[in-house]
Formats: sequence, C-alpha cells, structure tokens
Amino acid sequence: MLIERIPELVNNDPAIMRWGRGMNESFMVEVGDRQYVLTVREGRVESVAKGPFVMRPWRFAIRAERASWEKFWEKVPAPGWHDLFALLRRGDVAFEGDQRVLMSYLMYLKLVLAAPRRLAR
Amino acid sequence: MSARIEPVTGRYAHLELGGKPHRIYFEEAGQGIPLVCLHTAGSDGRQYRAVLNDAAIARSYRVIVFDMPWHGKSSPPAGWEKDDYRLTSASYTDLIMTFARELGLVRPVVMGCSIGGRIVLHLALEHARSLRALIGLQSAAYVERYYDAAWLNHAEVHGGQACGAIAYGLMSPVSPEASRWETVWHYMQGGPGVFTGDLFFYQGVGEVRDRIGAIDTSLCPLYMLTGEYDYSASPQDTEMAAARIRGAKVTIMKGLGHFPMSEDPDAFLGYLRPVLDEIRATTK
Repeated sequence: MLIERIPELVNNDPAIMRWGRGMNESFMVEVGDRQYVLTVREGRVESVAKGPFVMRPWRFAIRAERASWEKFWEKVPAPGWHDLFALLRRGDVAFEGDQRVLMSYLMYLKLVLAAPRRLAR
Repeated sequence: MSARIEPVTGRYAHLELGGKPHRIYFEEAGQGIPLVCLHTAGSDGRQYRAVLNDAAIARSYRVIVFDMPWHGKSSPPAGWEKDDYRLTSASYTDLIMTFARELGLVRPVVMGCSIGGRIVLHLALEHARSLRALIGLQSAAYVERYYDAAWLNHAEVHGGQACGAIAYGLMSPVSPEASRWETVWHYMQGGPGVFTGDLFFYQGVGEVRDRIGAIDTSLCPLYMLTGEYDYSASPQDTEMAAARIRGAKVTIMKGLGHFPMSEDPDAFLGYLRPVLDEIRATTK
C-alpha cells in the first residue's frame, strides 16, 4: 500500500521535513476501510502502523475512500483531486479530532500525504 | 550599471477611504488604456509582476496595480489595532472607484482575481458606465464555505504558514514550482487576520448570486477567465455565474489554478493578451 511508503519518501526529503519541525503527534489516516496511524517526531515519520486498532489514540483523523486517495496519488492528479483541501471541497475527505494541530501543520501534512505521487507512473 | 532594472515604478498615493486617510502603494508600467489590476485575498500586488513587465501589453496599456489597505506596502489606517479588519462589498468598491478617480484614470479596464473576480461583478452592476471593460479571473458569484477561515487567524496556529498552505493547494500541480512557491510566500507575509478579513467578503457578504442577471455587458464587456485547477472559484462556479449574465465571455484556462497571473505567468499571458487586444479593438 502506497501510504506505507511515506516514511522513506518523507524522511529522505529535508524540504518536506522542515515543515514538520516541532510536530510530535500521531494521526489517523483512513484509506477506505483500512486504518493507518502515522507517528511523527520533529518532522520525521517514525512509523506507519496498520490497523485494525483497539483503543488506539490519535490527535486527528483524515478519512477518505480508497478511490479518492488513488486519484489524489496520481502522478499529475486531475483538477479537484490535487490537494487535501480539493478533496475537502468536494466532500471526499473528512477531518476529525484536534483541527488546531491539523491546521498548525497543514503545509507539512499536505506535502506528506502527497509524497506517494512520486511513486506513481 | 549592470543590474537589470524592470520598467515598473512604485509610488504612494494619499487617499481618504471610509473617512480615514490612507497611504496606498501602487506600481505601474506602460502607456495607454488604464488597466487596474486587483490582487487576491490576503496577498498583494506582487502577484501581477509579469503583467507589469509584459512589453506587448505595455505598448497599449497603462497597467496599474495597487496594494489594498492592510496588504503589501499599504499599511492599515491609524487605529487599526482597535478593531478587526473586515472587507465589505461597499468598502472594496469604494477603494477601487476612489483610487481610479483620484488618479485621474478615465474609464479604466479593471481586472481582478478571486475577491477581485468577485468585486468585478459588483462593479459590472454598479459602475458599468464608468468602466471600459471588466476582466474577472477566478470569478464566481458565490463560493461554498468548505473550511473555517477563523483558523487562519488563531493565536495557536501560525497564520503565515496556514495561509500559505491554503494558497498552495489552490494552484495547479503543473504550474512551475518556483512561481507557485513565490505565490505561497506572498500569502505567508500577510498580516494577522487580513486573509480572514478578506474572506469575510469572499465567503460571506460579497455574495452576488441573486443580482448578476441584471449585469448589462453592452454597457461594459465582461470577460471571465478561470483556471481549471481552482476548487475555490471552480470552472463550474464561473460557468454557473456566466450562464446568468448575457454576453459574458468565459475562457477556462488549462493547467492553471486560482492564481493564474503569478503561478504560471507565461501561460496566463497567453490567455490575457488576446483579451486585451479584443478590448482595445472593440471598446472606446
């Protein structure tokens, strides 16, 4: 699964990591019915844990259908699928939990979640 | 002297707006038909530097770009610290019309992007006879509020970074990287609460859905150019507005997003020059 490749993509890219400086949080990403918890330490993605989880805490969650993520992760995504907030505008992604942290690290999160595009053909 | 100096000059105009004195920064280049350019919410006139520097446009147009009060090099009025900044349809219209009048611009063309694309619709309704033509970039009569702009002015969220991240996503993934990040930088430099104050107009009180049917494009032609990657004022939003305005001319710009003039200046100029040629040839 592409999302599990995020640590190697982000942790080798200082241009992404710098936006996450100071971030020490775990957050949930749902790809359809699959759950992942990403743990970030100072901009490094330490781990991507794969669910299902039992009583696993997270600071905020970003949930979207698998088909939406697949379009989002295309090498050159189509209009309306090219940004986390593009998905938000079309109602294809839901944010839950502590929105303050999400908004504080919005640039970082956008770059982290878009990183798998580099693996697309 | 070996530095390349641009043919753009910047000066300050003293204007009274809303009963208060203001010092408004503006840049200009070229000679001919006045073309006033309006920047987007939370940014400033630097967005138009490619238009200001375009030799073809400068031959027939006097391009003038001002920074709105609170934006760029136009400081807020004295006493700003006592109140929240909030843009309204009336204050925005007054700013543009006062600027044009006080600078002695006769029947200028006005081109605005985003909030500027919205106010162009208000100008079409209220000042059509005083304007030669209107160009709305990313122009829509209404936008759905899909995120809470209060987060962009919150003591526990870095406003510059959050505003930059909002602007970043609205651009096309195929626009040149350096231009996109320069556009982000302008957003990161906005004062606290200024983007949010502009969105008060854009997401709220500036809505003009119910009135645009009354726009008369025979008095003042209206061009609407929208980048396909914009999800704030999307092509569908522009087309929805244009469907209710007889004579509005719509162009959907391939591979561009919400900031066409700054995210991919070359591609944008390719769309703008023919519009300006047509305005010059068909209007007086």
